[in-house]
Amino acid sequence: MSYVAHDATTLVPPAEVEEVELYHPKTFVGKYIWSQDAKIIAIQYAITAIGIGVVALVLSWLMRLQLGYPDTFSFIDPSNYLQFVSLHGMIMVIYLLTALFLGGFGNYLIPLMVGARDMVFPYVNMVSYWVYLFAVLLLGASFFVPGGPTGAGWTLYPPQAILAGTPGATWGIILMLVSLAFFIIGFTMGGLNYVVTVLQARTRGMTLMRMPLTVWGIFTATILALLAFPALFVSAIMLLLDLLLGTSFFMPAIVSMGEQGGQTGGSPVLFQHLFWFFGHPEVYIVALPAFGIVSDLISVHARKNIFGYRMMVWAIVIIGALSFVVWAHHMYVSGMNPYFGFFFATTTLIIAIPTALKVYNWVLTLWRGNIQLTVPMLFAIGFVFTFINGGLTGLFLGNPTVSMPLSDTMFVVAHFHMVMAIAPILVVFGAIYHWYPKMTGRMLDDTLGKIHFWITFVGSYGIYYPMHYLGMMGVPRRYYAITGTDFITESAHSVNVGITIAALIVGAAQLVFFYNLVRSYFKGKPSGGNPWNATTLEWQTPDTPPKHGNFGATLPLVYRWAYDYSVPGADQDFIPQNVPPREAAGSGSKA
Amino acid sequence: MNVFQQLTAKPWLAAGAAPEDLRHPDEAHRAAKKSALWVFLAVVGVLFMLLVFAYGGRMTYGDWRPAPQLKLLWANTFVLILSSVALQWAQVSVRRGQMDAMRVGLLAGGAFTVVFLFGQLLAWRQLGTMGYFDVTNPAIAFFYLITGIHGLHLVGGLVAWGRTAARVWGKFDVAAIRQSVELCTLYWHFLLGVWLVLFGLLFTGNNLDLLLKLCGIR
Repeated sequence: MSYVAHDATTLVPPAEVEEVELYHPKTFVGKYIWSQDAKIIAIQYAITAIGIGVVALVLSWLMRLQLGYPDTFSFIDPSNYLQFVSLHGMIMVIYLLTALFLGGFGNYLIPLMVGARDMVFPYVNMVSYWVYLFAVLLLGASFFVPGGPTGAGWTLYPPQAILAGTPGATWGIILMLVSLAFFIIGFTMGGLNYVVTVLQARTRGMTLMRMPLTVWGIFTATILALLAFPALFVSAIMLLLDLLLGTSFFMPAIVSMGEQGGQTGGSPVLFQHLFWFFGHPEVYIVALPAFGIVSDLISVHARKNIFGYRMMVWAIVIIGALSFVVWAHHMYVSGMNPYFGFFFATTTLIIAIPTALKVYNWVLTLWRGNIQLTVPMLFAIGFVFTFINGGLTGLFLGNPTVSMPLSDTMFVVAHFHMVMAIAPILVVFGAIYHWYPKMTGRMLDDTLGKIHFWITFVGSYGIYYPMHYLGMMGVPRRYYAITGTDFITESAHSVNVGITIAALIVGAAQLVFFYNLVRSYFKGKPSGGNPWNATTLEWQTPDTPPKHGNFGATLPLVYRWAYDYSVPGADQDFIPQNVPPREAAGSGSKA
Repeated sequence: MNVFQQLTAKPWLAAGAAPEDLRHPDEAHRAAKKSALWVFLAVVGVLFMLLVFAYGGRMTYGDWRPAPQLKLLWANTFVLILSSVALQWAQVSVRRGQMDAMRVGLLAGGAFTVVFLFGQLLAWRQLGTMGYFDVTNPAIAFFYLITGIHGLHLVGGLVAWGRTAARVWGKFDVAAIRQSVELCTLYWHFLLGVWLVLFGLLFTGNNLDLLLKLCGIR
C-alpha cells in the first residue's frame, strides 16, 4: 500500500462554534458533588467503583485464607465463605469493572476524545451516578442486615438462592436483587448518554472511522450493556416476585428441609437462560473497552499507527454481535439438548476468529515499533499475554466434551480470572497510568508504577497458573473445605497455600498503587498538556486538567485519524488529530 | 455519507471531503433527543422480547395451564389504539401549525392512556377474583408481570406527556413543542406495537400456540 500524505486534504477553516449552554455551578457542592460535568462524574464513578472493589478484594483474601489454611480462622464459617464468594464475584464484575470502564473511562474519555463539550444529557448523566451510588450502598448494606449478604453465588441461581438454608436467603438476596435493578436503571441513563454522545456530538471532521479505538470499544460495550442488562433486570424482578409473592417463575415444586414448598411449575433453567443472556455479553462489556484502550496504549507507546485499524473496529463490532449468541456455553451441564450445545459450541469457537485477529494486530503494531517501556505500555503488554493465556483455556471450556468434566472446577475459576479479571484490570491500571496526567496535571511516579506492575503481573500468574492444575485434578470451586476425598492429593493443599500467599502479596501491592495515586496528586512531576506526545483530542485541550466545556472557545476541528505516529517526513513523531494538513506540511512533512 | 461508506472509509489515507457543517446547538440537541429515544426503544424492545421468549419457553412444558381470556382486554386495546391515533393527530396538527388541534389531540391521547391503564387495573381485579386465580400458575404470574411492566412504561410516558402538555398553553417555543409531541407520539406508537404483540401472542387465549406450531416446537 502506498503512503498518501495527508497534505492532500482540503483545508477547512476553523469555524467559530457557538458556546453550548452548560450549567456552570459556582459552589464547591455544585462543582464536585452534584456535578453535571462528565469528567467529575467519571471520577465519582471511578472512586466509588474502586472503593467497593477494594471490599471485594478483601473478600477474596478471606476466601484464600480459608482455602490455604483451612481450620485456622474461626471467623470464617461455611456460610461466610459462600457469602464472600458471591459478593466478590458480583462486585468485581458489575459494580467495579462495568461501572469503571463505562461510567468511569466512558464519561471521562468519550466527550474529550470525540471533541464534545460534555455528554449530551448532563443532568441525566449526574442522576445516573447517584442511582449507581445508591445501588452500591444497598449492596453494602447487605453486609449489615440479619443473615448477612446472599451466599447464592454470583449467578444467584434459583431455587437455592431464595431457599432457607442458603446464607442471606431473607434480607441479603432482596437487597442484592433490588440493588441490581437500581444499578441497571442507573446504567441505562448513563448508557444512553454514551451512545448518543458518540452518535450525535462528535466534532467536525470526527467521522466514525477517525474515532480512537478506545471510543469504539466503550461505544460498542455500552450498546451491549444496554441490550443485555434488561435480561438481568427481568430475571431479578421475577426472582424477587418468586421470593416475596410466591409466584413460580423459577421455583419448581420442591421439598425443602422436609417440607413441601408452596410453589409449583417454575423453571430454574429459564433463569439460567435469562441470566446468561446477560452474563455472556457482560464478559465483552468488560473486555471491549479493554480492547479499545489497550489498542490506543500500544499505539501511543510504540509510536506507531495501530495495525489494521478497520479490522480492529469491525472485530469489536463482530465480537459484540456474536456475544449475544453464545450464552448457553455456560449451561452445558444444565441438561439441555446436545444439539443446542453443538450450536453454542460452534458460535463460541467462531468468536476466536475476531479475537485472535485483534491479538495479531496488537502484536503487529508492536512489531518494529519504537517501543517505549513506560508503565502504561508494560500493563498493555501484560494484558496481551494474559488475554492470550485466558483465551486459550477458553477453547477447552468452549467444547462441551472437554468442558463437562472441567465444569465447576478450579479450572473454570482460573480461566475466567485470567480472561476477564486480570486482563481487564491490567488495562484499567495501564489506562490510569496513561490518563492520570490529564486528570490531575501530574505524572504518576514511574518507579512505584513499575514495582506495582511487576508484582501484580507476576503475582497474578502465581495465583492463577497453578489453579488450572487444581482444576484438572478435579478440585471443585465454591467449596469451603475439601475433606475425605482420595483424588485430591496432599500436594493440592500445598498448591493452595502457595496461591494464597501470592494472592495476599498481589493484594498488598495495590497499596503501592493507591499510595502513588495520592502522593503524585500532591507531589508528582508536572505533566504538561501532552506528556506522551499523543495525537488524540483529549491531549490537545487548552487546560490540563480540562475545564468544564473541555476545549475553550472553539471546538477542535479534526483533520486526520487518531494514529498519525512516526509519519515519514514529519518533524515530530506524532501529528495530533486537529493539526491541519498545511501546518503538518509546514512543520516539515513531505510536500 | 451513509453508514456503510463511513465504516469502509480508509482513515489512514487523506480524506478528501470537507467535514460537514456544524449544526446549530438547538438542532444538535434535538437530534440527540431523538437518537436517545430510539436507543431507549431498542432497550425496551429487548426487555419485552425477553419476556415473550420466557413466556413462550415456559409454555412448551407439559404442565402448562393457560390463563383465562379476559374480554375486557379487547376494549383496553381499542382505547390504547385511540390514544395513539389522538397523538398522531396532535403530531400532524403541530406540523401544520394548528395549535388548537394539537392541544386537543395531546390531551385526548393522555386521557385515553389513563383510561387504558384504569382498564388494565380492572382486568387485574377481574382475574384476581376468578376461580382460576393461582399465583403459582406461571401463566397468571406472567400476565401480571408483563401487563405491569407495560403499564409502567406507559406511566413513564405519561410523565413526559405531562411535561409537554404543561408547556402548550400561552406562549411557547413551537419547535421544542413540536419535537416533544413527535417523541411522545413515537413512544406511544411503539408501546402500542408492543402491546399488540403481547396481546396477540399471549393474552387472546391463543397463547402463542400458533407461533409455537409454526416454529415446530409444538
